[in-house]
Amino acid sequence: MLGPVLIANRGEIACRIAASCRRLGLRSIAVFSDADATAMHVVAADAAERIGPPPPRESYLSIPAILDAARRSGARMVHPGYGFLSENAAFARACTEAGLAFIGPSAAAIEAMGGKAAAKAVARRAGVAAVPGYDGEDQSPERLAAEAAAIGYPVMIKAVAGGGGRGMRRAETAETFAAALAGAKREAAAFGDGRVLIEKLVASARHVEVQILADAHGTVLHLGERDCSLQRRNQKLVEESPAPGIDPALRAELGRRAVALARAVDYVGAGTVEFVADAGGPLSADRIWFIEMNTRLQVEHPVTEMVTGLDLVEWQLRIAAGERLPFAQADLAPRGHAVEARLCAEDPARNFLPSPGTIAALALPEPGDGLRIDAGVRSGDTLTPFYDSMIAKVIAHAPSRAEALERLAAALDRCAAEGIRINAAFLARALRSAEMQAGAVDTHLLERLRSREAAARSVA
Amino acid sequence: MAEIAVSAEMAASVWKIEASPGARVAAGDTLIILESMKMEIPVESPRDGTVAKVLVAEGDQVKEGQVVVLLEG
Repeated sequence: MLGPVLIANRGEIACRIAASCRRLGLRSIAVFSDADATAMHVVAADAAERIGPPPPRESYLSIPAILDAARRSGARMVHPGYGFLSENAAFARACTEAGLAFIGPSAAAIEAMGGKAAAKAVARRAGVAAVPGYDGEDQSPERLAAEAAAIGYPVMIKAVAGGGGRGMRRAETAETFAAALAGAKREAAAFGDGRVLIEKLVASARHVEVQILADAHGTVLHLGERDCSLQRRNQKLVEESPAPGIDPALRAELGRRAVALARAVDYVGAGTVEFVADAGGPLSADRIWFIEMNTRLQVEHPVTEMVTGLDLVEWQLRIAAGERLPFAQADLAPRGHAVEARLCAEDPARNFLPSPGTIAALALPEPGDGLRIDAGVRSGDTLTPFYDSMIAKVIAHAPSRAEALERLAAALDRCAAEGIRINAAFLARALRSAEMQAGAVDTHLLERLRSREAAARSVA
Repeated sequence: MAEIAVSAEMAASVWKIEASPGARVAAGDTLIILESMKMEIPVESPRDGTVAKVLVAEGDQVKEGQVVVLLEG
């Protein structure tokens, strides 16, 4: 059933997928744009196919180019990795129609979970609480104000067609609601759709997500949670499992919700159910709400692999080949604590400005006991503006959270680069901060630490 | 009148041009939005002035330090 695997991605995730393929005795085929002809992921696979010029639209996002590469190379399976075409239902369907096994859920499941409104409808059906809100057709200011009051202030007003932070206004009180609504409506009109939705604003929030694995025979299991609250520009930088402050009962409850959502869309494969948790007090089940499901492997999957001892890519491949999951939920309790940091070419001192360029020299620690390095670039490589800024994921595993945090910080201390700026030293300081040590995390913590450092610099 | 050159801080592609020649701008106004490594980076006006010339077009690739806008004022 298993056949040669075309890896429709680049960078560290393509290298990591190729490594699992090799361990399983499966032939792997990389794809590359002209910017990546000598990239690490090309060397990591058994063969490689050129798919086009550097801009992603003409290469890694081109369905015809990737299907051509699959045909030329004799691939039987396609692993989309994360990003690029991984959550593109049309791509999943095109693979199936070309006789290739798409490693992921069905196109119908991707569509059912694609977009926040669609996912909310699934949650309603599955009986899982989503962030309280109103997304109805009655758009009169009176109705919207009444709904906002029912949800409870503060609320967020969002343009239905908005994105990227535009068409969004917060309203702190009933008195300021009308003005905020007018502002959001004005910006919404620019998207060609004046409708807005209203959501409860979780002022201090944590991002908690649950990993699931589902086979094609009806078994759906959860692999525990990850806390991914340490973010900048809405992008995760540090992730850990288990999440601080989650006990086995709460883990079981979030797992139950994630499994119910997966079942509601007949999900098959690896997936992640994302929740927002109120960080204003201790975590409690009634203050944790579903946001969306990612129908693919996540960047941060290694922390789950380290605490469960499972290779998620291996299980994606086995599930795609029709195998049954041989575990029971009780076999999957986490062992120890794992933390991951994303080493990126960026400058924390300049508001995390990206730092493309040629890496004259790159030093990463040796992987070893309780330390895993998933790298996608090496010394001499050029980081172009076309792709993301991640150089490597550094992941530490230890019996306790405190030991794992220090093991990761010490590993980051040993990371160095010449020719580009990296965020290693900033991340090490964040891991050693009093807030992180105490598990007092929220989605604004990294930004607060950065501001605090900037203030200290300007005083000094 | 002094001419001020505004340049890109890093290699990037030009995602959006927000300023047009002749427009009055204030310090901190966004002139151009660059995209690099999947992030949007605004190029802001360093001071009050008038846009004299926009030297790039949407979709162009720019190098670090390349001048993208000329201001007068």
